[in-house]
Amino acid sequence: VNPPKLDLLQGTLDLMVLQTLAVMGSVHGYGIARRIEQVSGNEVLLNQGTIYASLVRVEQRGWIESTWGTSENNRKAKFYSITPAGRKQLADDTVYWGRLSGLMQKVLDMDDASEQEGRA
Amino acid sequence: MTPLRSFRKRVQAFMRKPELDAELEDEIAAHIALAIDENLRLGMSPLEARRKALVRFGGIELAKDRHREARGLMKLDTLLEDLKLMEDLKYTFRILRREIGFTIVAILILALAIGSNIAVFSVVNTILLRPLPFTNAQQLVWIAPPPKKCGLSCATYSTDAYDQFRTTTHSFQDVTGYFAFSGPGNLSLVRGGAPIPATSIDVIANFFAVLGVQAAMGRTFTADDARDGSAPVILISDAWWRTQFNADPAIVGKAFEMNGTQTTVIGVLPRTFDFGAVFSPGVKVDAITPLHLYGAPRNWGNIITFIGRLKPGVSLGQATADSDAASNVMCWNLKFPKTCGNYKGNVIPFPLKDYISGKLNRSLVVLWSAVGAILLIACVNLANLMLARTAARSKEFAMRKALGAGRLRIVRQLLTESLLLSGVGAILGLGIAWAVLAWLAHQGSLALPLLSTLHIDRAALGWTVLIAVFAAIVFGVFPGLRVASGSNLQESLKDSGPNATQSRQHQRIRSFLVVTEVALACVLLVGAGLLLRSFLKVLDVDLGFEPARAAAVKVDYNDNVPGDKDGSLGAQKRSVIFQQILSRVKAIPGVEAAGISDYLPLGQNREWGLPTPKERNPDDFKKVAGPLVYVVSPGYIHAMGTRLTGRDLTWDDGPKSPLVVLISEGMARYFWPNESAVGKVLTNGNDLHVVGVVEDIHEENVEGDTGWQIYYPMTQATPSGAELVIRTTLPPATLASAVMGTLRDLNPKQTQAEFRPIQALVSHATSPRRFFMLLVGTFAGLGLLLAALGIYGVISYSVTQRTQEIGIRMALGSTMGRVQRQILRSTIYLTLWGVALGSVASILLARLIASLLFATSPWDVTAYVGTVVVLFLVALVSGFIPARRASRISPLVALRTN
Repeated sequence: VNPPKLDLLQGTLDLMVLQTLAVMGSVHGYGIARRIEQVSGNEVLLNQGTIYASLVRVEQRGWIESTWGTSENNRKAKFYSITPAGRKQLADDTVYWGRLSGLMQKVLDMDDASEQEGRA
Repeated sequence: MTPLRSFRKRVQAFMRKPELDAELEDEIAAHIALAIDENLRLGMSPLEARRKALVRFGGIELAKDRHREARGLMKLDTLLEDLKLMEDLKYTFRILRREIGFTIVAILILALAIGSNIAVFSVVNTILLRPLPFTNAQQLVWIAPPPKKCGLSCATYSTDAYDQFRTTTHSFQDVTGYFAFSGPGNLSLVRGGAPIPATSIDVIANFFAVLGVQAAMGRTFTADDARDGSAPVILISDAWWRTQFNADPAIVGKAFEMNGTQTTVIGVLPRTFDFGAVFSPGVKVDAITPLHLYGAPRNWGNIITFIGRLKPGVSLGQATADSDAASNVMCWNLKFPKTCGNYKGNVIPFPLKDYISGKLNRSLVVLWSAVGAILLIACVNLANLMLARTAARSKEFAMRKALGAGRLRIVRQLLTESLLLSGVGAILGLGIAWAVLAWLAHQGSLALPLLSTLHIDRAALGWTVLIAVFAAIVFGVFPGLRVASGSNLQESLKDSGPNATQSRQHQRIRSFLVVTEVALACVLLVGAGLLLRSFLKVLDVDLGFEPARAAAVKVDYNDNVPGDKDGSLGAQKRSVIFQQILSRVKAIPGVEAAGISDYLPLGQNREWGLPTPKERNPDDFKKVAGPLVYVVSPGYIHAMGTRLTGRDLTWDDGPKSPLVVLISEGMARYFWPNESAVGKVLTNGNDLHVVGVVEDIHEENVEGDTGWQIYYPMTQATPSGAELVIRTTLPPATLASAVMGTLRDLNPKQTQAEFRPIQALVSHATSPRRFFMLLVGTFAGLGLLLAALGIYGVISYSVTQRTQEIGIRMALGSTMGRVQRQILRSTIYLTLWGVALGSVASILLARLIASLLFATSPWDVTAYVGTVVVLFLVALVSGFIPARRASRISPLVALRTN
């Protein structure tokens, strides 16, 4: 049985977008959505449409920029790429996520023993 | 940086909403297309590929919404919706339509108050605030001696003085001037038919260069135009070009017969340049001609006014010192070295703007304050009306509160109402102001500078918005605060009539407002009363001549006699011409007396130096200013209605007979304090026999002191023109055509000159005072009306509130008279407070307008008593109407309601 798909935490999509663009260079919205799906092994519950709200939000902050271009199969599409400010933000966010997930891991790893220790 | 940038992007996003939406649309379409492409590659059927793509995308509308939200537009978009602005407006419209009576009254009050404020602001802005309509106008200075009694001759300079001033000073870029003695109608244009009179001014050739004015068409003057013997040229005003030449686009270069010579029009002046409006308010100047500075005018003495343009960075103080130094060496005429230094201490530059509008400063500030007071009264009045409405609507507000409306929401509702009212009022007010200004701009005879340039400009529009918002806040805030201070919900909702304490409190606020109104109206009335008293005093001034039933018309004549060496032949010819004219004119039925003078009082003037008593040393009188000179015919003094002792001039006082003069009483008294001057002899090189002494006349202005006058006979001195003055038994205007016909008959070249009542000369001289008096009076009337409305409103409201109480009293045996008296008593009480406060304020403020008053104390008892009486009468009338209503209340009806 497949486990239910993961719902995305608030703000995580923005970080995924930044990371995707940092790795892939200039990509259109569909490409970014597909890439996130593929990397997550289809575990993410992603309405592809929601990617656009994330894109405009990140763009307004100046972390990515966009131009209209043509895809490999000759479709006109808007291509996004990361800016230096975006790279800096990505680095900061990566550190933050590392700390957060580490903390979450620690909290969730608490077992009864440590709990009792704490009480003693 | 980032928050700012992101905010800017959001705002941009909001502004560019349709564009961004379209772009998103394209992007989504591309997304779906790419997805379909991929699905097709994976081997799906086209239909399946499309379906899958759409499913994977999720809701398209949802995606768009999220996109908008993210890019910030939703926030602003919904902000408007959150504020429920449209809802407020719609609701307000509904309310205001329901209370149409209140709405109309409120809008009318506001329109009048705001309209008068815009109009006065425009006048103040035009005359006082805006720079003069010249390039770098702040550099321009008027150069003149301090004011003296000897009129224009003492305010002007000679050609030689001009040259010396120009070369010795270093503070000025350049100096120019104009000929100060051109009279109205000095130009006669012939285009077939009767000659047409017009007015032109001679200016020094560099006049327009110094002012920085360019011709709208053609060119302005060059030095060549002003050389003696050069071809006559003329510049015409925009207005004259339109009215007289039908705005002929090809007029430049055309020549017309003007004053008997073919004169070429070399240019049309711009519409913004109106010589009269700037330099001689109330006089229409049609054309400008070059002054032949080095021709005959060189020997005419003091004829030029000075206007200078300071070099950049030169202060007024430096220029003053510079001019003063120059005054030591300036000569009246280089041919007479004795006259060098004549101008010592009499060459003082001061800002041109001060010369033109400085005198009006105080008047305009007073006017501005008066309309400010009107605006305040209107606001107070409306606050009162609004307050009454909120009281009446307290149930509505309580209901809305009970249903969950916040206080702020209700205050906002009230502010929306007041803003809407004042907005509509402001628009109507703009219309009123526009009409008033259009009318004012065409009051050519009103002697106020720059009036013809009046219009509603951007500054006036800004001012309108400012006062409209100010008014809305002032009269919206009172009731708003009342509501916000929170009434008891249940009390209001209960169907039990007004809450006693609350309404008492309410009544107190409203009474306070009415007292304020009455006090403000009182101040306005006192001001208007003082100005009116002054104006009446001015009308009462004994001018030294009788303006009523007299009129003047400019007469053309030609007294040239070839080979006339000493002017005596010309004098004889004049004598013949004028005797003929006068005898024919006197024969017209209705003409009582007639005479001719070259200048009229309250118009132009000049002096020819001071003749001194023969028996005294002329050096004793070095510092005394000379009398103003009039060259007149026999009978002129009588026609003007001026008193004469001794004998009048006669036609026998000819060029060969002993020289005779008439002098004014003031001058006679100065030279011969204790004896009659008749029979005495004055000398200015020639002996002048004083044959008569005439009343002092107001020659320069109505309000100032009279100076000295001297009258020479036209047969012994050369007049600079001829004004025929007739005294009539009929209204002068009815004789105009008969007189003109006679003149034309005698001289076919007579221009179609204007027939001017002498009264008009006086009115012109007093027009600024009348103008201000009328305006302040109008505002005081308006203030009084508003105050009356306020009193009526408050008393009437209190009667309505107390209907039950009054009903009970009447049922218990109170009489109609007692009820009326009681209500009138509260009216008087309010008025008393208002009048007391207003009077104290007036007494304190009166000094501010003291300088505007004429022969009237700022604490003139009549004005104050009059104000108090008027206010009480008006208050009694406005209190009486509701009192009568109260006394008619039927106890039965009163007790049954509610």
